Amino acid sequence: MPRIRVIRALPRGIRAIRAIRALPRAVPAGIVLALVAAPAAWADALTPESSPSRNAADIHTLYVLALIIGALIFVLVEGVLLTSIIRFRRRRGGAEPAQIRGNTPLEVGWTLGAIAILVVLATVTFAYLGDITTPEKSSGATQVAALHQPAVPGDHALKIGVNGQQYIWRFDYPGPQQVFSYHDMYVPAGTTVTLKITSSDVAHSWWIPKLGGKSDAIPGHTNDTWFRIDKPGTYYGECAELCGNHHADMRARVIVLPPAQFQAWMRRQARDILRSQRLLEISRRLRGQGP
Amino acid sequence: MQEYAPAAHPGLSAPARTTNGGAPEIVVRGVRERPRGWTAWLSTTDHKKIGLLYIYTTFFFFLLGGVEALLMRLQLAHANNTLIEPPTYNALLTMHGSTMIFLFVVPVLAGFANYMVPLMIGARDMAFPRLNALSYWLFLFGGIAFYTSIFFTPPSAGWTSYAPLSDNAFLPDNGIDAWIFMIHLTGISSLLGAINFTATIHNMRAKGMGWGRMPLFVWTILIYSYLLILALPVVAAAVTMLLTDRHFGTAFFDNTGGGDPLLWQHLFWFFGHPEVYIMVLPAFGMISEVLPVFARKPIFGYKAIAASTAAIAFTSMLVWAHHMFPTPVPEVVLAFFMLSSFAVAVPTGVKVFNWLATLWRGSLVFRTPLYFGCGFLATFVIGGISGVILAIFPVDWYFNDTYFVVAHLHYVLFGGSVFAIFAGLYYWFPKMSGRMMSEALGKTSFWLMFVGFHVTFLVQHSLGLEGMPRRIYWYPNHGNWQTLNLISTIGSFILGTGVLVTVVNVLLSIKNGRRAGNDPWQANTLEWFTQSPPPENNFDVIPRVRSVEPMKDIRREVARRAGQGTETVSQPATTGAT
Repeated sequence: MPRIRVIRALPRGIRAIRAIRALPRAVPAGIVLALVAAPAAWADALTPESSPSRNAADIHTLYVLALIIGALIFVLVEGVLLTSIIRFRRRRGGAEPAQIRGNTPLEVGWTLGAIAILVVLATVTFAYLGDITTPEKSSGATQVAALHQPAVPGDHALKIGVNGQQYIWRFDYPGPQQVFSYHDMYVPAGTTVTLKITSSDVAHSWWIPKLGGKSDAIPGHTNDTWFRIDKPGTYYGECAELCGNHHADMRARVIVLPPAQFQAWMRRQARDILRSQRLLEISRRLRGQGP
Repeated sequence: MQEYAPAAHPGLSAPARTTNGGAPEIVVRGVRERPRGWTAWLSTTDHKKIGLLYIYTTFFFFLLGGVEALLMRLQLAHANNTLIEPPTYNALLTMHGSTMIFLFVVPVLAGFANYMVPLMIGARDMAFPRLNALSYWLFLFGGIAFYTSIFFTPPSAGWTSYAPLSDNAFLPDNGIDAWIFMIHLTGISSLLGAINFTATIHNMRAKGMGWGRMPLFVWTILIYSYLLILALPVVAAAVTMLLTDRHFGTAFFDNTGGGDPLLWQHLFWFFGHPEVYIMVLPAFGMISEVLPVFARKPIFGYKAIAASTAAIAFTSMLVWAHHMFPTPVPEVVLAFFMLSSFAVAVPTGVKVFNWLATLWRGSLVFRTPLYFGCGFLATFVIGGISGVILAIFPVDWYFNDTYFVVAHLHYVLFGGSVFAIFAGLYYWFPKMSGRMMSEALGKTSFWLMFVGFHVTFLVQHSLGLEGMPRRIYWYPNHGNWQTLNLISTIGSFILGTGVLVTVVNVLLSIKNGRRAGNDPWQANTLEWFTQSPPPENNFDVIPRVRSVEPMKDIRREVARRAGQGTETVSQPATTGAT
């Protein structure tokens, strides 16, 4: 390697300039190295929010599978590119490169290879699809009395209506008392919750990241989704479809309570709604607007 | 008045002369005196002047769109930031998206195509020069109609203007109307341009240039034109329906009147997805021109690249609903659009592998166009992979409308199209101006843009994964959101600096750059046969094309006849050409 010996013989300043000149090669190599070596440390930055609901967990699995296949292709392409950039630079006095115009078996090969990868991805997606879209059975132990609905055959799921409005979410609970709430959705743990998603003005999108995918709320249409969480907790989300100036303020919480507490919340909410309706009625009558 | 004056060319016999028996062919006679000064630019029908008008105007819009992006990044630099009010933020995101798509990427490609396609196919102008001028002026007035809205109420429903938000019940101000007129004017402009390109490419190729010898950039412009002709009438219809919904009492997109908001999404994306390929296919064409020249090696798999362009275009008409995976549509529809979106990935992957094989075992000459070419490859592949991930519809239910999508689309449109456009700019600037650009500034610009781009957009994947939706004007300090957003904002300013370095480079080089000569890169295609910049008639003699690399043949032939090395050679310089 005569070239290296020449560099060693050079004064220090010139060596520094050489080092700077090597930067264009070092920087992309560094970026790639960081991307390849770091996934363990970055696992959180590379995967969706982990979730206690089965549909979200399955989406997570599908994504990780696609990410692994993608990472392999990424390493292959960037590897070939970097090798070409480093190995096949023009050198003074180098021979003209071979004038290759193509290679049919190779080209057919990588076309079929790409198709094969996508067939695998499609197959796996269809295998997981049922688990993601079909609501899980509610566990029998935590049935919610008086909320029985046959959403899942032989099951007791809680069916909540979700309505998007500029800029708040409204939740309508089943039952004769017509309980509703805004912003905070209270649900019992261990019960499958199925959502009917609608909008009363513009398009919105219902999304709690830890509870799986999003469902657009389109005026005139009804969308469905579901989740089931076994442990109490609070989950945050916000509208995911640009719905006007205060789109970013259209936030929501899903609060999972133990079944007994949930029942208590339902009763309290029903009472509060009734009380405020009566108050409204009285104030209207006093102002002479009432029925 | 410019007449052909055969100049003595010591040591070289002009190759073209040999093909028509020695006497130079005189092709321009009795031309009207050309207007001088700025009126020349107003009245021109010369495809090169129109091309330059397009390129200057679109880069101006590119800088405007960039400033809008930087303002948004400033607002998002910090959690709970109050720098920009929500209506302004929504206007900025709408203006940024609409500007970059309708006023930069699509028309700048039309600009390069205007300048280069006639030269590359050995024609003296476009098929319909006046129509070509009309295309430019419609585009300019579309842009002006759109930007005057900042003096009253700018549009704020996003570049997709989803109904019913874009209906007058929710946005009664006339910003949306300005947007509609911009879509109409730029749409007619692109449609006329597309008709012009197809007529030119079909009918005006040099003798001997069969379909199999057409430069790949010309192939992509042909397919781009067909896609425009197929897709634009749909969006024109959609925005007309929106206009009548807003002002004349119809209810196409209003469910309370019997219409359907989903119809807007279908119509818009039926245009919108082909639009993505309209923006990226000519960029692929530029890369297919640049890589072989700087690898000193022919393009690997010419036929596969041309065929995959057509395959991508065909399939791109069948994938639109992958933008609508979370809307209420039956599962079988979702499955179809997932599979068709996968199908687009195959010809795109084929192209990437062909480009890699073009570089492999080449003799890479690292000038700025190749820097941008390699930057394109390194970046675009990430956008392709995230595209496949997004095509898996259950996964898209999570990612749709998050920063993961923002990252994906910038990897494809900036990392793909814009890097390729910069490669094309550095590659063709010597031809268009007659002068070389500064390599030092060019490479500085590349590194700033490349590093800035990845710092800006790589972390946005993580933001999407952590659940940050797009188009929100503020966010709480949740998880790593603030750190990642700050990194992204810093990157966007590095990226902006890189773009400015190229602007400076252009301004400096256009007057003071080293003279380029006819063929500074030892390139392969016919535009390098004529002078730099080319005379108004482009070619005095049009050489007969005998392969896909006519300039290589000409150089070889000249070298054989003159018995010397393959130095720059082309038609003899005429005096006083500008």
